[in-house]
Amino acid sequence: MSRLTIKVEANQTAGRKSLVAYIVAGDPVKDLTVKLMHAMVDAGVDIIELGFPFSDPEAEGPVIQLAHERALKHGTSLRDVLLMVEEFRQGDTDTPVILMGYLNPIELMGYEAFCVFASSTGVDGTIIVNLPPEESGVFSSHLENHDIDSVYLLAPTTTDKRAAYVTAQSRGFVYYVSLKGTTGASNLDVTDVGEKLSRFREISSLPVMVGFGIKDAATAAEVAQISDGVVVGSAIVNLIAKHENELGSVIPDVTELLGGIRKSLDKI
Amino acid sequence: MTNESVQDDDGVNEQISSFPDDTGHFGVYGGRFVSEILMQALEELNNEYERLRHDEAFQAELKSDMSHYVGRASPLYFAQRLTDMAGGAKIYLKREDLNHTGAHKINNCIGQALLAKYMGKPRIIAETGAGQHGVASATVAARFGLTCQVYMGSEDIERQSLNVYRMKLLGADVVPVTSGSRTLKDALSEAMRDWVTNVDDTHYIIGTVAGPHPYPKLVRDFQSVIGRETKAQFADIHGGLPDALVACVGGGSNAMGIFYPFLEDASVRLVGVEAAGMGLETGEHAAPLTAGNVGVLHGNRTYLMQDADGQIIDTHSVSAGLDYPGVGPEHAWLKDIKRAEYVAVTDEQALEAFRSLNLLEGILPALESAHAVAYGIELAKSMDREKAIVINLSGRGDKDIPTMAKIDGITIT
Repeated sequence: MSRLTIKVEANQTAGRKSLVAYIVAGDPVKDLTVKLMHAMVDAGVDIIELGFPFSDPEAEGPVIQLAHERALKHGTSLRDVLLMVEEFRQGDTDTPVILMGYLNPIELMGYEAFCVFASSTGVDGTIIVNLPPEESGVFSSHLENHDIDSVYLLAPTTTDKRAAYVTAQSRGFVYYVSLKGTTGASNLDVTDVGEKLSRFREISSLPVMVGFGIKDAATAAEVAQISDGVVVGSAIVNLIAKHENELGSVIPDVTELLGGIRKSLDKI
Repeated sequence: MTNESVQDDDGVNEQISSFPDDTGHFGVYGGRFVSEILMQALEELNNEYERLRHDEAFQAELKSDMSHYVGRASPLYFAQRLTDMAGGAKIYLKREDLNHTGAHKINNCIGQALLAKYMGKPRIIAETGAGQHGVASATVAARFGLTCQVYMGSEDIERQSLNVYRMKLLGADVVPVTSGSRTLKDALSEAMRDWVTNVDDTHYIIGTVAGPHPYPKLVRDFQSVIGRETKAQFADIHGGLPDALVACVGGGSNAMGIFYPFLEDASVRLVGVEAAGMGLETGEHAAPLTAGNVGVLHGNRTYLMQDADGQIIDTHSVSAGLDYPGVGPEHAWLKDIKRAEYVAVTDEQALEAFRSLNLLEGILPALESAHAVAYGIELAKSMDREKAIVINLSGRGDKDIPTMAKIDGITIT
């Protein structure tokens, strides 16, 4: 069983809502990323989604676009990101790390080369935003050969028929994009999310993590009531952006945000 | 619109023109590399398009607007003095510059606006580089009573201010895009972000034969009116088939439009001309087919301009419309199977052709189209006098007058 599945199932058994945190590797400097990953785990994060930067992050809102730009300004490459995971693993062998991003850097490295490298550094899964299961046949067989889980997305526009197909391909959990829009969007309608999730529950027993629009402890708690966990991204990246010139404040502020969300999840 | 993509009889030897396959692939190229949010919308668009392309009312409306609104057929013009200057093959110009709004872009926009109308979507969005596709989109939005938002890189807004104002006159809202390199690629990303958010009431009119399936197919089909007319007109004026077709390639829609009806005519050379910018050796260019490599961007797998880490790099061309780091997937495939050839000409060569066409034929080409003219002259020179080529003159150059004046050191007030 993969580290990701072990973690998700253990949380389900313990009645613990999973807290998934997203940052962009190398934002705003390469040195901060691994420290921040450890701090996030200390604050109660269960799973880390580590964004690898891309020049054209098509599905991101302005907050995360800028994070990609900051990371690329000093040339954070996919290789650098994999080495960060390797360094993180020296101090943490328990927390699953999922690489999240766009296909092109992986395509250029080569699927096989990427999987060999990623699996050796301790990567547990991938979420490739612009790679729906229809296009991922070759890549997912490489991932499978190297015991890396491919996590796919569901959206408000996903039909029941597609949901059955997507969840059958997804490993570990399925990521529900709660809004039509880009990352960092607001106006989350929890009732709407609930209706959609209950339909997906009938289709698949795979755990569902909900992302997009989770800003704080309150929204996290609301959404976690109806899901297996929440993904927090733009809210963290916002803090990083705010403290770009006073990096000392990043870790305390992110810790405070995530600690608050953890507390609210644990009350459920 | 007649259907050129004839199905193969035996199911074994698939015709080149029968692609893409059902999943939108041209060999390894094309496909649908988008976020989950758009998958359903693309599927619906594909289904609607497949239905409407055989729908008589839709086709009648399209045909009527193509002739009465766009002004088709556009002439095929024998360029006598340009031919004399080159001293080789006869040069014909397919005059897409004479279409309403001054470029081939309107062919696709009329088709897609009609699609939006039939799908019941009251709002359209578009991305634009040189502003030609933006103007064409704003125009059809006015024509069909749709609201229209055009995404345009802030750098392009600066170099194409005439078209920006023109779009505003047409009632469109022009949104400056300040992310990334602030050019066409970023405008495309931003339009995709808008579509993700407003997919229920919005149709995204992609302006070129790129993007996720079904766009490369759909845009090609709407543009292939260029090639169908060319084929009939050439047979009429000159007889037989031309020996070569030459078209500029940014995303590649005018080239695909003229190439497509000739794909099965093996004797016709198909030549796509990319922007070599300051020169391929300088790296300052926009020629992914000539000097790039394969990757995935904006929903499809194709040739791209990228660095060693798979990041998309800034492109350069004097013409904003060619300044794009990717290219339509069908071109990528035609290159690999060697059905079409791709070359690149520099800014300087394009500017020279721009001047030549003005002086010799009294025709002001778009800087994009001037790339095709530049290579067309060279190609004609290398061919015998009894041969004939057709250059697709994809647009007119009024929009480029400020750029040219600046190059010539002239201030226009």
